[in-house]
Amino acid sequence: MSAESLKKTALNAWHKAQGGQMVGFAGWELPVQYRGLAEEHLATRAAAGLFDISHMGQVRVDGPQALEFLQAITTNDVARLAPGRMQYSTLPAPDGGLIDDIIVSRLERGYFVVVNASNTPADLAWMREQAGRFEVSLKHLPRSMFALQGPKSQALLQPLTPLALDGLRYYALAPARVAGREALLSRSGYTGEDGFEICLEDEDALPVWEALMAAGMGQGLAPVGLGARNTLRLEMGYALYGHEIDRGTNPIEAGLGWVVKFDKGPFVGREAMQAMSQLGPQRRLVGFELVDRGVARDGYPVLDSASGAQVGRVTSGSPSPSTGKSVGLAYVPAALAAEGSLIHVEMRGKALAARVRKPPFTPSHVRKN
Amino acid sequence: MKFPADLKYTASHEWVRMEGGSALVGITEFAVHAIKDVVFLELPGAGKALQAGAPFGVVESVKAVFDLNSPVTGTVAEVNQRAAEDFELLKDPYGAGWLLKVSPAALGQGLMDAAAYEAHCAAEQH
Repeated sequence: MSAESLKKTALNAWHKAQGGQMVGFAGWELPVQYRGLAEEHLATRAAAGLFDISHMGQVRVDGPQALEFLQAITTNDVARLAPGRMQYSTLPAPDGGLIDDIIVSRLERGYFVVVNASNTPADLAWMREQAGRFEVSLKHLPRSMFALQGPKSQALLQPLTPLALDGLRYYALAPARVAGREALLSRSGYTGEDGFEICLEDEDALPVWEALMAAGMGQGLAPVGLGARNTLRLEMGYALYGHEIDRGTNPIEAGLGWVVKFDKGPFVGREAMQAMSQLGPQRRLVGFELVDRGVARDGYPVLDSASGAQVGRVTSGSPSPSTGKSVGLAYVPAALAAEGSLIHVEMRGKALAARVRKPPFTPSHVRKN
Repeated sequence: MKFPADLKYTASHEWVRMEGGSALVGITEFAVHAIKDVVFLELPGAGKALQAGAPFGVVESVKAVFDLNSPVTGTVAEVNQRAAEDFELLKDPYGAGWLLKVSPAALGQGLMDAAAYEAHCAAEQH
């Protein structure tokens, strides 16, 4: 895709002025890094990082049957959501494959869904098709979104908002003014650190971003690109659509059974998921740590250690900036999924030994309540 | 950024210094700067035959894998094991961060002098 046809976030000029190395990602022009991936990763773990995630899709779901609609098209139990709470969920196809993974939030009135940038058009088309059966209205909100992540997030954000942040629980959200602008503020993220996500209008994006950067001056706050966003989530073992999950993966084998609630009633893909849940999946998504030196990358074959035959594939892999170890996620046969199992990963024709290890690869610091 | 005048350069950011019939090979400061976080370096063993223009190894950053292409045809005489284990040495890419001694060695085609390589790097940044 040429640079001209890429969509630009409201902060595009800021990223370029700050030395952001711009790349095309899911149809958007975004910084992959500014001063360096590892430096940005470690700044987020040690202090705080600020991410422009305006490429994420934001969808309002309203109407008298909004709950019934969301119950029917997602896997988690939306009826359990109190106003102001959020839940991780998936958007399945009838065969149990995944159209997307999403976050569903219940507002005071109506619902709010955040979807992956790469899937936004497909999600909207699917949701609109399914909406025909319900009294529901869908509205795509083209607006900005930031993530402020890291142990200093709350201290940096609190002076900029009248909302008492300590009272905002993990996976809770509230409307709040941030640096004088209207925003939707949540305690959530994709890094394994405490932190917040902020949804706001495009015209408010730059002033709020600059206020946050100013608040972090001298405090270790770094702007963070897509590169470290990926390594931070990988250290937690969080799935990334297009890698760990896609149209050909069922949430049960992907380790997402905890967001599939069979007791909530009928939903799209339920039968396929129930069948896999009862029989047990033939393959499972696992974390692994390389024993031999090397880097396992997305797509590398996973080999059976005894026979050398290919039995799986790496879905994401990287050196872990926090631990220095080389880690990854992979689909392996269920028999090799136990903690500590020896597997091999083929890197440029060489078989590297690895051990199955349950993520996170470095401790999570998200708030537990 | 330094572009030592006594070196020849490849478009893929390797350098070579000829010393008699032998060559010292490494990656350039521009490459080290662009890769930023080197996490893995794969080099051939002594005795391995190199072909000018062909890949001889791999350098990996957190994010990506880059082929190392040989500026010379010849045989690997010595590998800088210290650099292969301590990537900090790559911050001195024309000194302690050299990668291979090749002997005998013959320069490949299409190598650039320092001025041409500096212009090549300037063009790549845009």
